[in-house]
Amino acid sequence: MTAHPGPPGTWDGGSTGATVLEPRVAYVLGLGDDALVLAHRLGEWIAGAPQIEEDIALANIGLDLLGQARTLLSHAGELEGAGRDEDALAYLRDERDFRNLQIVERPNGDFAVTTARQLAFSAYQYELYDRLRASADPTLAAVAGKAIKEVTYHRDHATQWTLRLGDGTDESHRRMQAGVEQIWPYVEEMFEPGPAVAGLVAQGLATDPSLLREPWAAYVHPVLTQATLAVPEPAFHGRGGRRGLHTEALGYLLAEMQHLHRAHPGATW
Amino acid sequence: MVTTTTLAAVRAVVAEVPDPELPVVTIEDLGVLRDVRVDDGGRVVVEITPTYSGCPAIDAIRDDVLARLREHGHDDAEVRLVLAPAWTTDWITARGRAALHEHGIAPPHRAGPVALTLSVRCPRCGSPNTREISRFGSTACKSLWTCRACLEPFDHMKAL
Repeated sequence: MTAHPGPPGTWDGGSTGATVLEPRVAYVLGLGDDALVLAHRLGEWIAGAPQIEEDIALANIGLDLLGQARTLLSHAGELEGAGRDEDALAYLRDERDFRNLQIVERPNGDFAVTTARQLAFSAYQYELYDRLRASADPTLAAVAGKAIKEVTYHRDHATQWTLRLGDGTDESHRRMQAGVEQIWPYVEEMFEPGPAVAGLVAQGLATDPSLLREPWAAYVHPVLTQATLAVPEPAFHGRGGRRGLHTEALGYLLAEMQHLHRAHPGATW
Repeated sequence: MVTTTTLAAVRAVVAEVPDPELPVVTIEDLGVLRDVRVDDGGRVVVEITPTYSGCPAIDAIRDDVLARLREHGHDDAEVRLVLAPAWTTDWITARGRAALHEHGIAPPHRAGPVALTLSVRCPRCGSPNTREISRFGSTACKSLWTCRACLEPFDHMKAL
């Protein structure tokens, strides 16, 4: 029995039990898992958003992310060379082998929490893809060149809602501020370089995540200020997603996402 | 063996495949069809590119292209998906833009380096007095608008 690890997602010990992968495979898989897991979360809003236009908007944003995930997972499978395709990677890995950032797996909460996450994550993805367009990996460069156009719309959508809710009624302001407070503990992880990223950056394949913090803040902080929201100072920072350490929420998400494929291998419709 | 003459014929067959979600335009008019050629083995190879990363129509387009080619005797054709260069609404042909407009979908503005939100003209009554209802419409590539003059809602294909 190990000691309680403290606040969720802060454990920072040694081996995580995740399958060891080549750095390049792990990097591409991490980006693909971010898109896949967030696509699933956004899909959960369908028929549950505050208005029908938002059902459609969140589903469309999720669909863009799912498209990005499919190419990235397929590419990771090809780089790995072990015969795993996009479906094997999406449906037949366990929680510890998912490399996504914790921010994308957090529960949707109310619409303000989802909006805060969309603002934080799409602003991060925008800076990431903007730089990956110059990656020495032609597939990563192609995905980035396509996805940045989509993410521009995602970021703008989240911005408009943040402004409307933050600078809206007392109640919408209170809930938008609460949403930002819930998401911000998971922001710092986006800018943490994993142990293997440095080598990939040197080869021109990857982008150093720590360099994204400044341009990210230059976009996000003025949005929060204009929305009359305070930038939170979280008491803890979740970390370890890239090494397979996740919050409790991911296991439930995977159970729902994977159960059909696992119960009925090869099922199509 | 596919000769130059038949390559033009094959290209014409593929070019006429309609987009499954916007059947008023062909995949050529939409800029989704990137290339038709014949490989060293004499096989027809078609390259298509998705409008958006997650565009669900791309699998249907692939199936439709293969089906059309089979009808014309090309049983072993191949459809390849290419991502780069990324699709842009600027590739929609003048004929495609006219067809969209004619069928009540306001065509996109030019996708320049600066994102400008310009007025979108109502495709029904022509009024520039319109309002965006939702940035995301019935498909990923469209937004939903309404006209303040004739009060009709309409789709607008977003610049990308």
